[in-house]
Amino acid sequence: MNGAAATQLRPGERVKRLLGSRQAFVALLGLVLVALWLVAVYQGIPGQRVLSLMVRGVMLGGILALGAIGLSLIFGVLRIPNFAHGDMMTTGAYLALLVMSLLPLGAPLGPFSFGYEFLIALLVAMPLVGLLGYGLDRLVFRRLRGKRSPPVIMAMAALGSAFLVRSLVYVFWGADFVFYYTGRPRPAFELFAGIRVRPDQLFILGLALAMIVLVYLLLERTKMGKAMRATADNPELARVTGIDTESVIRWTWLIGGALAGAGGVMYGLDAQLRPEMGWWLLLPLFAAVILGTIGNAYGALVGALLIGIVWQVSTAFLNPAYGPGVAFMVLILVLLFRPQGIFGKPGGG
Amino acid sequence: MALLTIEGLTTGYGEMEVLRDVSLQVEQGSIVSIIGPNGAGKSTAMKAAFGLLTPWKGSIRLEGREIGGLSSDKIVRSGMCYVPQTDNVFPSLTVEENLEMGAFVLSGPIDARKERVFELFPRLRERRRQRAGKMSGGERQMVAMGRALMLDPTLLLLDEPSAGLAPLLVDMIFEKIRDVNAAGVSVLMVEQNAKKSLELADHAYVLVNGENRIDGSGAALLADPEVGRLFLGG
Repeated sequence: MNGAAATQLRPGERVKRLLGSRQAFVALLGLVLVALWLVAVYQGIPGQRVLSLMVRGVMLGGILALGAIGLSLIFGVLRIPNFAHGDMMTTGAYLALLVMSLLPLGAPLGPFSFGYEFLIALLVAMPLVGLLGYGLDRLVFRRLRGKRSPPVIMAMAALGSAFLVRSLVYVFWGADFVFYYTGRPRPAFELFAGIRVRPDQLFILGLALAMIVLVYLLLERTKMGKAMRATADNPELARVTGIDTESVIRWTWLIGGALAGAGGVMYGLDAQLRPEMGWWLLLPLFAAVILGTIGNAYGALVGALLIGIVWQVSTAFLNPAYGPGVAFMVLILVLLFRPQGIFGKPGGG
Repeated sequence: MALLTIEGLTTGYGEMEVLRDVSLQVEQGSIVSIIGPNGAGKSTAMKAAFGLLTPWKGSIRLEGREIGGLSSDKIVRSGMCYVPQTDNVFPSLTVEENLEMGAFVLSGPIDARKERVFELFPRLRERRRQRAGKMSGGERQMVAMGRALMLDPTLLLLDEPSAGLAPLLVDMIFEKIRDVNAAGVSVLMVEQNAKKSLELADHAYVLVNGENRIDGSGAALLADPEVGRLFLGG
C-alpha cells in the first residue's frame, strides 16, 4: 500500500519523503559538512586550519550544548520556548565577572589564562543563574500556568523575560564589551597534526563534557531525573501518577539555569562579555534543540555539536558574524526535511 | 461503609455540564463497572472520581473522606490509583522506570513492590529494560496497570482497559483484572465492552446522557432486557 502511494507522489514529494528518514537525514547533514569543507579547500584554505576549526567547533558545540540541554528540558517539561535562555547565559557570564571582582586576582593556573578566582566565580554563578530561572518561573510562568494560558502567551512571556533579563545586564554592567582578564597572553599551541588550540578551549571542552556526563547521570540514575523525563514525555500522566510536577518544574529551572550559566561563563572566557552575547546564541540554540528533537536532552547535545562544527568551519571562508545565519540554514534544512528532528518519530514530536 | 461513594455528583468542563446528579458506590473488595453509550460521561465520571474535576454539586468520598478537587499526589497517597484510557505509559522510560514513577510519592525502597508487579505480569519482568514506547498495546496496558499497582492501592480506577486491543488480549487483560481483584484490590472500571465487563463485575452502573439509568449486579444487568437492547445487541 505504501509503495502504491509513493508512486503517486510528485517527484519533489518523493525526494522529500526519502530525505525525511533518519539515515538519509543524517547523511544529508554529513553532506553539508563535506560541502563546507570542499568550499574551504576550493578557496585555498589549508586543511590544517579547517581541522583546527572543527576542533574549535566541537568546543563551541560544547558551550551550545550547555544551553541547549536546559532549553530542551524546559520545553519538554513546561512546554515553554524559553527565549530568555540566551540572556540567562549572558547573566551567568556577568555574575562570574562580579564574583571575580570581589576576589583577589590570582596567578594563572598552569597553561590557562585564568586563576582560581575564575573557578570559584563559575561555581557561584551557576546556581545563581539556576535561581534566576526559578525566579522567572515564580514571577511569570507559574501564574500563567495557574490560569492555563495558551502556548502563545507563554512564548510572549518568555520573550518579555528575555528583554527584562538583558535590560538588567545593561543597567548593571553597561553596554561595552569586557574581558575576564585583560592583557594576559592567550597563546595557542599545537595539539597534533598542526591543529592549533588554546589551553582555555580545551578546558572549556572538558568542563562541558563533564557537565554533560553529570546531566546524563542525573536523568538516568536519580528519581528526580527520571521524573523529569517522565514529565517531558507526558505532563498530564505525570500528574495523575502522583509525581510532584511543581517540584519537577523547580528542578528543571534550577538545572537548566545552572547549565546555561556555565555555558555563558565558558562563552565569555573563549571570547569576551557583551550584554547581547547570549541573545545572539538563541538562534543556534533553538536550531540545536530542534535538530535533536525538541524535549530530548541527548538530542540537544548532538544538535549542539553539529551546529557548533558547521558554524566554526563556515568561518574559514565566511565572516564569523554570519555564524548564526549558518545555524539558521541548518534549521531550515531540518524544518524542511525532518521537522521532528533526528530522534523524533515520524509525524510528531 | 463503602470504599468510594459518589453522591449526587454534577460536574463538567468549563461551562459544559457532563454529569448530572450521578451516584455510585464501590464496596470494599468488589469490581464495579460503568457502562453506557459513547458520550454518556463514563470517562468524565472516572476523572471526577479521581478528583480531576471539581464537583459543582454533590460529593466524592474515599473511605468517608471528601476528595473532590484534591491534588492527584494526595489522592494516590490515600490509596486510589488511576489508569487513563490513552497515553497511559511514559514512552521514553523503560518498563522498570515506568513502575518506579508509579511509586514516586514513596521515599523508601520499592524493590518488593516491583517484584509483586512482576509476579502479576511476568511479561514485564522479561522486558524490564525495554522502552515502554516500543511495546505492543497489550503490553503497554500491563505497564500502565503495573505502574498504578506500585502504591498497593485499595482502589484501582481503569478507564477502558480493553480499548484498542485485539480480542485475545482483551481476554488476557480481563483475566489480569480478576487477578488484581483477587489480590485484594477493589476495581472501578469504565468499559465499552459491556458484555465482558458485566460478566466480570460484582456491580454495574449504566450511564446515559450523564445520568444514572440502571444499576444492579453484573448478572442482573446481563439478563436485563433494556441493557440487552442498549448494549448487547439483543
